[in-house]
Formats: sequence, structure tokens, C-alpha cells
Amino acid sequence: MTLPALGWQGLVVLVVFGVSLLIATYSTYAERVIAAFLQDRVGPDRAGPFGLLQPLADAVKLFTKEEFFPAGANRALFVFGPCLAMVTALMSSAVIPFGNFLQFGDTIIHLQGIEINVGMLYVFGMVSLGVYGIMIGGWASNNKFSLLGAIRAASQNISYEIAMGLALIAVLMMSGTLSLREITLQQSVAGEWHFWNIAKQPLGFIIFIVCAFAETNRTPFDLPECETELIGGYHTEYSSMKMGLYLFAEYINVFVASAVMSVLYFGGFNFPFQYELRDWLVSSRGLELVTAQNIITILGLVGLFAKIFGFIFFFMWVRWTLPRFRYDQLMRLGWTILIPLAIFNIMLTGGLITFGVIK
Amino acid sequence: MESLSKRAKVLEKKPMTFAERAYLPAIFQGLTITMRHFFRAATKKQVTVRYPDETRPFSPVFRGLHVLKRDEAGRERCTACGLCAVACPAEAITMVAGERKKGEENLYREEKYAVSYEINMLRCIFCGLCEEACPKAAVYLQADKMAPPRFERDEFIYGKDRLVEPVTPDNRSKRGIQLTPEQADKLRAQLA
Repeated sequence: MTLPALGWQGLVVLVVFGVSLLIATYSTYAERVIAAFLQDRVGPDRAGPFGLLQPLADAVKLFTKEEFFPAGANRALFVFGPCLAMVTALMSSAVIPFGNFLQFGDTIIHLQGIEINVGMLYVFGMVSLGVYGIMIGGWASNNKFSLLGAIRAASQNISYEIAMGLALIAVLMMSGTLSLREITLQQSVAGEWHFWNIAKQPLGFIIFIVCAFAETNRTPFDLPECETELIGGYHTEYSSMKMGLYLFAEYINVFVASAVMSVLYFGGFNFPFQYELRDWLVSSRGLELVTAQNIITILGLVGLFAKIFGFIFFFMWVRWTLPRFRYDQLMRLGWTILIPLAIFNIMLTGGLITFGVIK
Repeated sequence: MESLSKRAKVLEKKPMTFAERAYLPAIFQGLTITMRHFFRAATKKQVTVRYPDETRPFSPVFRGLHVLKRDEAGRERCTACGLCAVACPAEAITMVAGERKKGEENLYREEKYAVSYEINMLRCIFCGLCEEACPKAAVYLQADKMAPPRFERDEFIYGKDRLVEPVTPDNRSKRGIQLTPEQADKLRAQLA
């Protein structure tokens, strides 16, 4: 890779970083507004027009709160926990292909932090590491409730990662690659009628989205921070921006999970009739092929973000509709229903591939 | 056994169907319900009253903060007869009577008047019995003004300085309620 190309790629990384943070910031606002609307309330509307400056006010509040360390807490780990949760959450957005590529002359900018051929594995690795942030924070708090929340988080994430991975294997059997860019590109082929993976993997998608809810610790699986039993779970003892980091990490995880689901099952940055539109732009509008491709890329970027926002909205919609599961129900759902279903899905996919129904 | 009422209902505990056990249909049912509420909240007028900006109207029979009224000539109506204090079930009213001196005829309507008149708003239950007991139509409970919250207990003892209605008739409504300048302007425009 040449030096200017490397510079551009660095810029893309920075933009991805900033966008992840921005989306996490405004997810807090969106969550409150959506919750309010679902409950026939008004929601935050004091700070700025429609309350749009509310996240800023929240940030100021969190930063100026008292930095509190509980007695007997392991200080170093107590700080390290939220940092780790935040870092791993942010790192997993690096491999998401947000758009195809932009071409200016000779420089080609891929709208993706880094392209690695084990992208999906990398996301899984980062998500698995994220649970250490919760575990370390809960353990270092020197509080029974925090510890219980941390243990719950750990066992829940491990249980649901299995079903999630098995659901993913069915997709990988069709794609034959772990690269998220490749998986995206395979979901749309020029000149032929092509379906997104959701049409071929409906059962896998349902398993995946249920597991995504559990992995991001969102209702109905938010047992690690279950207020009714554990006060605040692993972040009981946290205050100030350390608390904010945990909340932020959760919203970034929601964003990443939405992005991964959009890429794996909903065609990523592809949208219907994109090649027809590009050819029409070239033939009828007289644009160059490169310019037309750039326009398609930008439209695809917008499309992917529309899908991501749709999923984020769905996360919030479900949160304010369903009550929390009981812990034994959660474990039973994960181990005795989702995992066998996922294995069945793998066999079904294998059979369908063998008989040439899907590829 | 014969049932005691006709409302008794026999419940059958049926085994759950597959759709019920799968739980997903129930989830979608719930999601549609919340989505209906979402669109209702987003499109229709909400019932929420944004308090500091909007206030709910008082009931016309609301009994709020007391006022000691003046007559048409601006003289205090109260003669310190003490009937309100006797009528008060919460014993919130105390007063000291005094004799009107020469030259004070434009201040007090009768020869006897209240030198001090105090209502303890922490004791008052706003029942309105003082208003009913008053033979001189001097004390009224305003329909549009509440006793505001305060930080100190002694601030709740309202003396004449805060009870007697202001002299300038412009700022008074027909019922003797003190109006804000805007309300007074509106009232004058209505009367003209």
C-alpha cells in the first residue's frame, strides 16, 4: 500500500471511530425518545430543539460527577474494567465494510477500517474480550451485587456465543469466507437476480438476532444489570465517566451488532438495482463509470446506515416491549433451544447446498 | 358444589399450542402494540402538560390562597370580629383587634379593625369555613392562586402585608383577586 493510500485509510479509521462514538452518543438520546414514545410520553425536549443537545448535557453531567472508589476495591482493575469494555467495543467496528470504495484518479479508498480475511472471527474475538471488561469491573468493585452481575454476564455471553457462532457457520458455509467485505459482495452480483442472505438463512438470522440481544446485554436478556435483583449489576459501584464508559460500550456494541447483522444477512452496502442505476447513470446521464461507481458507493453507505439504524431502533423497540427473562429461562433458552436449533440449521444448510438449492 | 354467584367462570388449563410455546408470535403481538403507541405518541397531541411552559387551568371552585378584601372605596372590610378564627377547624387564624382613630375613615370601613391578622398556611386546610363565617365578606379564598412552597416555616405565616388586597383597583378582578399586569390589561379591554 502506498503512503497516500495509507493516509486515506488512516482517515477512514478515524472517521469510523468518530462515527461509532457519535452514534453511541445519540443512541442514548434515541433510546430515551423511543422509550417515551412507546409509553405515550414526551421524552427529553428541554436541551436544544427537540432535546437534541441532551447527550451533551448528559456528558457534562457525567464528567463533573464525583469519581468514587469503593473501599477495598482494586483501584487499577476498577479503572481498567470500563476502559477494556470501551476499547473492545470500539475495536470491533474496525472491520465492518461501511461502503464499497471511492475512486479519485489513482487513489482507491475502501470505506472500511481494515480489510482482513478473518473479519468475522475478529469481531467475535473482540466481542468475547468485551465480557472481560464487565467481569473485571464487577470483580474489582468488591461488591456482592457487582460480582453476581459479572458472573451472570460471563456465563450468559459464553452460552450465547456458542449459538451465535453456530448460526454464523451456516452463513460461512454458503460464503466460504470470513471476510465481511467478501460476504457483502457475494450478496449482490451484477446482472443476475440475487437474494440477500436473509432469504436463505431465515432461521439462522432469528437465532443470530436473539443471541445478539444476549451478547449486548440488552432487554430481555439484561440480567447482568438487572435492577430489580442486583441494583445495577456489574456497574453498581461505578460513578462519573467510568459509568458512562460502560453505558457507551453497550451502545457501541449495539451499533456493531446492528452493523454485523446488516452485513451478514441484509446485504451490507448493497441495495436493490444498484448496477442498473449505475449503468443508467453512465448511459443516460453521460457520467463516467468511476463517478457513477462513487455515487453508488455513497448511496450504499447511506443504505447500510439506514439498515443499521433500523436494527438499533429494533433493539430499543424490543427493550421497551418485553420484560426481562428469569435466569434459568435464559440458560434453558440458550442451551436447550437455540444451540440445537442452530445445529439443525447447519445440517439443513448443508443439505440444501449439497442438493444445489442454495449456494 | 353450587357456585355462589353467576359470575364464577370455569377455567380450563389447556396445554400450550406450538405457537404459544415458540413465544415468537407473542413477541410480535407485543411489538405491534407498542408500535401503535409509538405512532400515536408521534402523531397525536400528547396528554403531557409541559409544566413550566403550560399550566392546567384551575377548577372554578378551587380554594387557594386567602385574600382580605377592600370595599368599593378601598377601605378594609375586616372588623376583627373573630368569627373566622372561631370557625377555623385548624386554628390557623389569629388576629388582634384595634379601634379606628380619627382620620383613618378612608382606611377602615368600621370603627373596629384588625391591627394584625395572621393565617398560618401550614395549619390551614383550605376548607373555606372562614369565608362562609365572615359577616363582612372580607376574607376569601382565591380560585387561581395557591400558597407557594417556601424554605422556612415562619414564612408560611401570612400577615396583613401579604393578605390584604392591593389598593389600586386596576389590579383587582371583580372577585377581589389580585391580577398580574397582563391579566389586568386583558380585563380592562374586556370591560371597555
